[in-house]
Amino acid sequence: MTFFLIITLVKIAIVFAVFMTTLAYLQWVERKVLAHIQSRTGPLRVGPHGLLQPLADVFKLLTKEDLMPPHASKFFYLLAPFMAVALALVSISIIPFGPQVAVPGGNTFMQVGDLNVGILFVLAVAAVSVYGIALAGWSSNNKYSLMGGLRSSAQMISYELPFTLVIVSPLLLANHLSFRAIADSQAGYYWDAIPRWSIFQLPFPQIFGFLIFMIAGFAETNRIPFDLPEAENELVAGFHTEYSSMKFACFFMAEYANMVTISCVATILFLGGWHPLFPAPYSNWVPTVMFLLVALWLFVQSTKIGRKGDHITFPIFGFAAVGLALLFAIPFLQAYLVPIFWFGAKAGFILFTYIWIRGTLPRFRYDQLMHFAWTFLFPCALVNLLLTALMVALFPNQK
Amino acid sequence: MDSILFIIAAVAAIGCGLNLVLQKHPISSALSLIGVMSSLALLYLLLGAEFIAMAQMIVYGGAVMVLFIFVIMLLNAGTEKRSDKSLFAQIAGFPLLAVLVVLLAFLIRETQFPSRILDVKFGSWVGGTAEAIGMKLFSQFLLPFEVVSVLILIAILGAVVLAQKEVD
Repeated sequence: MTFFLIITLVKIAIVFAVFMTTLAYLQWVERKVLAHIQSRTGPLRVGPHGLLQPLADVFKLLTKEDLMPPHASKFFYLLAPFMAVALALVSISIIPFGPQVAVPGGNTFMQVGDLNVGILFVLAVAAVSVYGIALAGWSSNNKYSLMGGLRSSAQMISYELPFTLVIVSPLLLANHLSFRAIADSQAGYYWDAIPRWSIFQLPFPQIFGFLIFMIAGFAETNRIPFDLPEAENELVAGFHTEYSSMKFACFFMAEYANMVTISCVATILFLGGWHPLFPAPYSNWVPTVMFLLVALWLFVQSTKIGRKGDHITFPIFGFAAVGLALLFAIPFLQAYLVPIFWFGAKAGFILFTYIWIRGTLPRFRYDQLMHFAWTFLFPCALVNLLLTALMVALFPNQK
Repeated sequence: MDSILFIIAAVAAIGCGLNLVLQKHPISSALSLIGVMSSLALLYLLLGAEFIAMAQMIVYGGAVMVLFIFVIMLLNAGTEKRSDKSLFAQIAGFPLLAVLVVLLAFLIRETQFPSRILDVKFGSWVGGTAEAIGMKLFSQFLLPFEVVSVLILIAILGAVVLAQKEVD
């Protein structure tokens, strides 16, 4: 009991710290990647290559004046950002980042807590989290906010259908609702080469399912090209027009937290969780090689004529990368770090896709958004589910 | 521990239920109803019905109530006016309430509960998993299940007929 209590508290502390740092730096990554897609430089002033920008942003938001519109309904106006951020942060608690590992005093899973109905829990939280946005829009007493809130609820209700339907298909392959069991069902390789992730798994590979999930996930998180609730050219800033200071930051954080959660869920459902791309003895050395390559690139870059200070900061980060590479090379630590590396790499790739698409696609029109959900995405998800069910029923031994 | 959780959830459910009736603004009432749904989900979870708890949150806490809130926001409904109490409510309201409470208490006291009552405790009953419910639905309750699905299909068809545009 004491062991369970202590280890759970430690795990909560680690997950919370890493999650919060990820949220802060995801915003920096997004600004940087977007900037480079658009041939700009992005944040550059605060710290080397703008690395301290998230900290500066936090201080800026904390010290800004907190405004309250005069005719807003006070209670709901204050409740909305709280609900949005609390519900966005809670789902990470059941995401498994790795397999069972040995710790001093016993064995534990790399996961804060496992639920028998894990995927349903995520869906339940997603279903309730729309209230934060809807209430914010309504309570601000502003027509643009109200329009944003209404659009958001309509969009989330519409896209929840293909989202939920397409989740069922990998569940049919995994035969379980707990995240840990779903990830475990994707272990192993065909002919020692192709991983048994859901997007490759026989009898019906879920590659279409993955695409539908990603599209619906973009809409569920109100991201471009589906960010109609905050379309600047029509609605000023949508549901959070009247929010300033930390309350605005809450909505901002909730959006990024939802992105991270969707990426983690996609990783577990479709990309095999922490299971590597190719079998174990070789795949354990991927992180080491990757970090060494990053270090090499940084050292080479530092010799070229760059910005002021680059010839100091690049070697520092290069040595940090070498240190990480050595850390991943220690056999004792590999059992802990390598699964997390693979999980992080997959989730990070999906997050990068989020940003990539934001830099690529323009926004949908509202009627296009609804038509797309009901006349294309929903039937596609349904056909995908029927085919998967049929194939699983016909070839139950193919797994 | 489990009884404390039960008391918290039960008090929250009753409090939200009372608030639902007492609040004047439709949005407040709708939110109180969400509170009731969530507390009920917690109670289901406490009883070991984890699937039902999550379904409660997804269907009632999420889908149904979002529709309520959506309509209230769309109509931009304001604060309700309190109408003068009717004579019948003034005279018979509290006596009828008292009769109802006494009847309920009497019924609960007189009910013959099964001899083996499990404690309100996490994990004391494990029949509420998705697997168990699925097995029951597709074996013992197959006919009602299929009938309900046909009923829902009819409802969807009705909605399509009502929503389609008039064709000249």
